[in-house]
Amino acid sequence: MSSYDAPIKEIGETYLLPEGTTANDVTETIAGVTENPAPRGWWLLFLLSLSVLGAMGAALAYLFYQGVGVWGNNAPIYWAWDITNFVWWIGIGHAGTLISAILFLFRQKWRTSINRFAEAMTVFAVLCAGLFPAIHTGRPWFDYYLFPIPNQMDMWPNFKSPLMWDVFAVSTYLTISVIFWYVGLIPDFATLRDRSKNMLRKRTYGFFALGWRSAHRHWQHYERAYLIFAGISTPLVLSVHSVVSFDFATSILPGWHTTIFPPYFVAGAVFSGFALVMTLMLICRTVFKLQNIVTIKHLDLMNKFMLGTGLLVGYAYAMEFFIAWYSANPYEQWVFLHNRLGWGILDENGNWGPLWWAYYAMIFCNAVVPQIFWFKRARTSVPIMFIASILINIGMWFERFVIIVTSTYRDFLPSSWGMFHPTLIDILTYLGTFGLFFTLFLLFVRWIPMIAIAEVKGTLPGAHPDLHAIETHDEEPDAAAAPVPAE
Amino acid sequence: MANETKKPALYLAEYDTPNALAGAAMKVRDAGYQSWDCHTPYPMHGLDEAMGLKPTRIGIISFAFGMFGVALAVFMMQYTNAWTLDLANIGAGYPLVVGGKPPGAFPSMVPIMFELGVLLCGFATLFGLLGIIKLPRHNHPIFESDRFDAASDDKFFISIEADDQKFDLDRTKALLESTNPAYLELIEEEVL
Repeated sequence: MSSYDAPIKEIGETYLLPEGTTANDVTETIAGVTENPAPRGWWLLFLLSLSVLGAMGAALAYLFYQGVGVWGNNAPIYWAWDITNFVWWIGIGHAGTLISAILFLFRQKWRTSINRFAEAMTVFAVLCAGLFPAIHTGRPWFDYYLFPIPNQMDMWPNFKSPLMWDVFAVSTYLTISVIFWYVGLIPDFATLRDRSKNMLRKRTYGFFALGWRSAHRHWQHYERAYLIFAGISTPLVLSVHSVVSFDFATSILPGWHTTIFPPYFVAGAVFSGFALVMTLMLICRTVFKLQNIVTIKHLDLMNKFMLGTGLLVGYAYAMEFFIAWYSANPYEQWVFLHNRLGWGILDENGNWGPLWWAYYAMIFCNAVVPQIFWFKRARTSVPIMFIASILINIGMWFERFVIIVTSTYRDFLPSSWGMFHPTLIDILTYLGTFGLFFTLFLLFVRWIPMIAIAEVKGTLPGAHPDLHAIETHDEEPDAAAAPVPAE
Repeated sequence: MANETKKPALYLAEYDTPNALAGAAMKVRDAGYQSWDCHTPYPMHGLDEAMGLKPTRIGIISFAFGMFGVALAVFMMQYTNAWTLDLANIGAGYPLVVGGKPPGAFPSMVPIMFELGVLLCGFATLFGLLGIIKLPRHNHPIFESDRFDAASDDKFFISIEADDQKFDLDRTKALLESTNPAYLELIEEEVL
């Protein structure tokens, strides 16, 4: 049984936790966060997030009063910040599932320190993402049209539309992520229940713990169920961003009509998701003093992931240009040379492709910045990785903006060209989703164990019995002495 | 200890180390008990063998419902977008021709077939799990023990329930004592 609690190769043949850590230490450290008074840093961040959430509430109230016209979207840019934000947030969520499911299937035990955290991030990010298309439909009270509900008009959704696939992919993703997250939480809720001093906490955590009594006959099925969730989440997460990319790739618009989109989107999603996990993890491990559980070796590994996915994304950028040239399609080449790089003929104001800066910002943040992680010193330096992770998040937002807006604003006919300017409501709605995300996230770290207690305990040295040793030396006196009736 | 309104529910033995627990589990297994369990704060590998458990079969439920989800998706999309069949008068199908594709074009239905398959598989796994392990159940007599709180922290327990055919107040106690538990207690429940 030694393979389960053996030193972990990926973090330098060490144990997940420093030697000498006991199961009780793990419980105290992680459950303690939910029991002790909140640090001042938590309150500051929480009040800040709540204010930003309030700003979003105001922006949305105004939007519902006036209509979606208060956003800057207009012909020919029907999709702008809203869909950019949608794709960006969905992408953020992907790292959570990658860490919790794919690394689980690959038996990467170091993931145990960060998976709960990343799963929570997935759930909240998908919630933020879902907000945008729901509002962008224009009349959100008719959003139920998206689901095949029998109705008096005999009107059904068009299942050949990638937008319908998206509805199913995103809602399935949210549902499965919530279930996966909750199933992982059941034993930890039981831990909190058993430690609770007052009745309200005991009842609340007890309710969610479902009466879990740590029984091995339960663990046996539980572990298999967990494996199945990991197994179905893995293709699911790959499918979700592929389906999101189909929204673009199945259209005939130059810049969108590209077969590389599904893998390109998935790589970008994992890339940006890891960057946000990194940003949040760096803050939380400092505020809640979890440096012993999330060690610099974990951060080093995550930086390697960012380097790897960053290279994939950089490859995709290059390949798009190659295909634009190779296709000999003048419209495709126009999008890449003029709309993105800014080269070509002057427009009516004497400007060259006016949104060129978004493309260069994207290249700098996504293809250049992660190269710093080739150096071990950068991979193990907290300030450097913090700044890099924020830059990568900005870059990934620009990637979606570049794809969506710079493809649509100047397409086939110069007479139908337009320009996009975000409005105040655009900005407030986008910033407001940070308020929503961080408010939920801060409530999560405060009230729910942010590290998987039970899973971490299973990695402690000596956590699993050595059956051979027991069988060989324990046969003798006790078994004979046991007064067991022979039936 | 025991009065008229109470009856024995289970024996609870506490152990400090995984090896002590597994050794005791083997003895209880060999003594032929059926209605008993080990309680550990984390899934402990090797206990399946030490307890003599059969492999779990929850995967069958997940697979069956996953396939059902795929079939449901095919039916739903063909019925709503391709057939003119009117089942039970709820929303007759309306052949929808978009982009010159045949109404029942199969390739465009693959993504939703996959998503619904995953969705139903996920639900089936969750509810199948809860059904197999018979949770939620908040009122188990084992929670009567004050020491059992440590089962979700750092201690290991074996419980032998009174409804086991081999359960006997003295013999079961003797068996558990022979495994050198750190603590042994009889838990009673109220007779309804």
